[in-house]
Amino acid sequence: MAAKQKAVSKISKPAMAIDEHIVEIISDSGEGAQKCGQSFGSIAARMGNGIWTVEIIPAEIQPPARSIEGASGNRIRVAGNRVTNGGDLADMVVAFNEQVLLGRLQANELSPGAIILLENKWRTDPNPAIANSYKEVHQQLLDEGFNVYEIPMETECLQLVRDPRRGKNMFALGLLCSIYSLDMDLAREQIRMTFAKKKTAIVESNINLLEAGWNWAEDNLDIKFKIPTEPAKEPYVVVNGNMALGLGVMASGMEVCAMYPITPATSASHYLSDVFSKVGGVVHQAEDEIAAAAFAIGSSYAGKCAVTITSGPGYSLKQECLGLAVMAEIPLVVINVQRGGPSTGQPTKPEQGDLLTAIFGSHGDAPKVVMAATDIEDCFYSVITARRIAEAFNTVVVVLSDASLATAQQPWPRPEFNEEWLAPPVDQSPIEPGTLPYNWDPVTGLSHRAKPGQPNGMHTVTGLAHDRRSCVAYNLAVNKEGVRHRSLKLAALQKTLKTPSVFGDDTGELLVVGWGSTKGAIEEAVQRVRDDGHSVSSLHLRFIQPMASGIKEILQRFDKVLVVENNWADDMEDELITEDNRRYSSLGWLLRARCLVDVDCWGEVGEQPIKPGTVEKVIRNRLEPLPVPKVATTVAAKRH
Amino acid sequence: MSVRATDLLLQSPEDQHTLEEYEGRMPRWCTGCGDLAVLTAVQKLCRDEQLSREKVVFVSGIGCSSRFPHYMGTYGFHGLHGRALPIAEGIRMRRRDLDVFVNTGDGDCCSIGAAHWVHATRYNMNMTVMMHDNNIYGLTKKQASPTSPKGTHSNTTPRGSDLNAFDPLMATLGMSNLSFVAQVPDWIPELLYKVIAAAYHHKGFSFVRILQRCPEFMPGRFEPCVEDPDQLQMLTHADGIELSPALAKVYRFKRQHDPIDLTEARKIAGTSTKIPVGILYRNPSIPCYEDMRQPTELITPELIRNGLESELDRFTIWPSD
Repeated sequence: MAAKQKAVSKISKPAMAIDEHIVEIISDSGEGAQKCGQSFGSIAARMGNGIWTVEIIPAEIQPPARSIEGASGNRIRVAGNRVTNGGDLADMVVAFNEQVLLGRLQANELSPGAIILLENKWRTDPNPAIANSYKEVHQQLLDEGFNVYEIPMETECLQLVRDPRRGKNMFALGLLCSIYSLDMDLAREQIRMTFAKKKTAIVESNINLLEAGWNWAEDNLDIKFKIPTEPAKEPYVVVNGNMALGLGVMASGMEVCAMYPITPATSASHYLSDVFSKVGGVVHQAEDEIAAAAFAIGSSYAGKCAVTITSGPGYSLKQECLGLAVMAEIPLVVINVQRGGPSTGQPTKPEQGDLLTAIFGSHGDAPKVVMAATDIEDCFYSVITARRIAEAFNTVVVVLSDASLATAQQPWPRPEFNEEWLAPPVDQSPIEPGTLPYNWDPVTGLSHRAKPGQPNGMHTVTGLAHDRRSCVAYNLAVNKEGVRHRSLKLAALQKTLKTPSVFGDDTGELLVVGWGSTKGAIEEAVQRVRDDGHSVSSLHLRFIQPMASGIKEILQRFDKVLVVENNWADDMEDELITEDNRRYSSLGWLLRARCLVDVDCWGEVGEQPIKPGTVEKVIRNRLEPLPVPKVATTVAAKRH
Repeated sequence: MSVRATDLLLQSPEDQHTLEEYEGRMPRWCTGCGDLAVLTAVQKLCRDEQLSREKVVFVSGIGCSSRFPHYMGTYGFHGLHGRALPIAEGIRMRRRDLDVFVNTGDGDCCSIGAAHWVHATRYNMNMTVMMHDNNIYGLTKKQASPTSPKGTHSNTTPRGSDLNAFDPLMATLGMSNLSFVAQVPDWIPELLYKVIAAAYHHKGFSFVRILQRCPEFMPGRFEPCVEDPDQLQMLTHADGIELSPALAKVYRFKRQHDPIDLTEARKIAGTSTKIPVGILYRNPSIPCYEDMRQPTELITPELIRNGLESELDRFTIWPSD
């Protein structure tokens, strides 16, 4: 245990028991705040805490040092129970300079009176402008009631390493380990794992820095917390959403991933590039997004169902290819890790802005399956499901994730491998002579697909309208037949989908509907108002196209229905906006059209994942006051 | 009633593939279209090589020449404008048992799909690529293409095109990792066959620019060369193409050119006042991308299970005992 370093602390401080805390570590780019944050989250998770981590990423690789917009780091929500989202406001911030801290302050990410551990070397900086800036911000923080601790991080690190800029992060990790009473043996083990590829001397140096941080906090700080832990009873996996997508690709039996670099999708391909060969797979970095899609289609056509991974702008570029795959009935999995749009938009920021493009994209009638991952675990299973649907229905399956899931980490039960996840070997058996290339079933629209190598199956697939023989359709009736059968396939899939279950009661005053990555935040917000006695439930959709049956009936059982999503909806408060011209949020449009229910909607296109507290406010604004005020009983003690 | 050519043979061994087997739908190209000559040469090649029809895929883009796969009795993929090459690459990547041919036009290859062409050359995946270059957009009814000569009158250049023609040979000869490039006109059947056969036998990305007549929209474009054999320069070599005695008599201008000599190839393409015909460059030692990217082990459920489990192990928190 850590007690090896210090027999007795100079300051006696019983650890205060708390249910949860949100901790941020922020620095200039390249100072290792992210590594510190990830390690902190991993140690807490290994001890049995629920965690959710969110990366704080600047737009540039090397933004100017000490700049408000350059804040880089990690937010870690640590709790006694399982957590499903990044939570609301930070309770604790470790900042390597006052400017990056100012960035978080201006973004309203800090809770009132939050604890701030601030590197104090700037106070005596030889540049008077810097020293003054530091003093001003420090005073401002005190004036605003923050609990600021100035910490000589670099000075302390200099006793151990020559370049404290590359080591401060482990000192900060030591501080946090002490403050949150984390297990130092686990912390040392974590550092050994993090730096597994480095020399022993580097590992030792980082462990020394960790211990120095721990010692310093034990000796000088009067704060100590203990968040209850519940040791895991089953194995859990801790990865971010993009790595879960990568693991899903491996587990799906797909062999080929074709991609072009784009944020925030690329890290999924980075991960696959490193490990895909373990299962015999290959990542092809194509010359552009279109080529990546076309390459994947070629591979799928030849019997090796492939995936292409991209984000918004790349997804737009692939549209013509997706139409081709739909038209020629070639299976294809497309993963779109959404970001802020339109155009280049906000590459590192989350948004659910591509839903309608995913459903209605390409040109003409191009029915495709659209599903959305709701959390990290779902990223993994969605890819496996997507591959199976793509091959069973010979069509395009789009899996939507987004920037908030891409970099967020959350422990989820370790999957048990199932051979049924895998693609069957490429069928090379002879086709029954006389079989038509598109022998559309009149009810389901499904047809058998002959793959190159199968004797008697020779035919030419085409993006042109075609008949059952795959011959170019020169009359309208033939074209209509193809369009109809391709559309029927979605209805056939819809018949196999289960109605999603309602979170909360089956009837009530308000139903909140969401899709994709907002599940955790919405359900937490709903739980909070339910704890106050409000009759609020929520419904979360995984399959948006086709949409499972029974959803209209659920909507009709509530007095009001509100869609909450991370995309734009016109605000009725704006002068020109009326029900006549209001542009609804994406799912808002769909549910109104599909269910003929007067669905209200709320959307946000912010820089951060939607917070449960924000959703809670939106919900409360739409609720009738409770007849008899009740005393709130909450699951989580902390509330903002 | 039609009579099949094979019906006229006294004996047709059953295990021999016949020319007719490689025929697909009835071509709908215009009378006199050069694509018909290419189709004939390719079907003959398939027959001579006795290719198993189910193991052959013809991939194309969009345009007149891209209808090619429909007219073959093999598997075919008539894709998107400009995207034949990446589709063909995807097919080859994990299906090296398939013979892949690509038919593309000058608009398809040199304009909308030009980026793919540059990179396909660099990937050097084993496929035979025929660029049917008629110097005009045909299917969309006569617009200037990148290879249209300066001054071409078309629907988009009614007063004559302004720019000098793009030179696909020079472009190809400047691309990285090039392994095969040849040029041949559609009107000399013997050479058309020989050049496409050489491209097929080359392991790698074999690019053949075919000078293709379009009697509908570019009548007269190649007629002077058809009529005057002296406008062509035959590139001959023991490692390249050799002319039959009959052809050797007709085509007086010949040049010995070793296809391994890239500098000389560039010189020929860049300075020749005559149209070079034959193999400009061939380098069999360039590795193929798909060969580099093969799995090292047979992919089995066991391999996938082990690979996945070993990855999950890296990120697992095990319950404490």
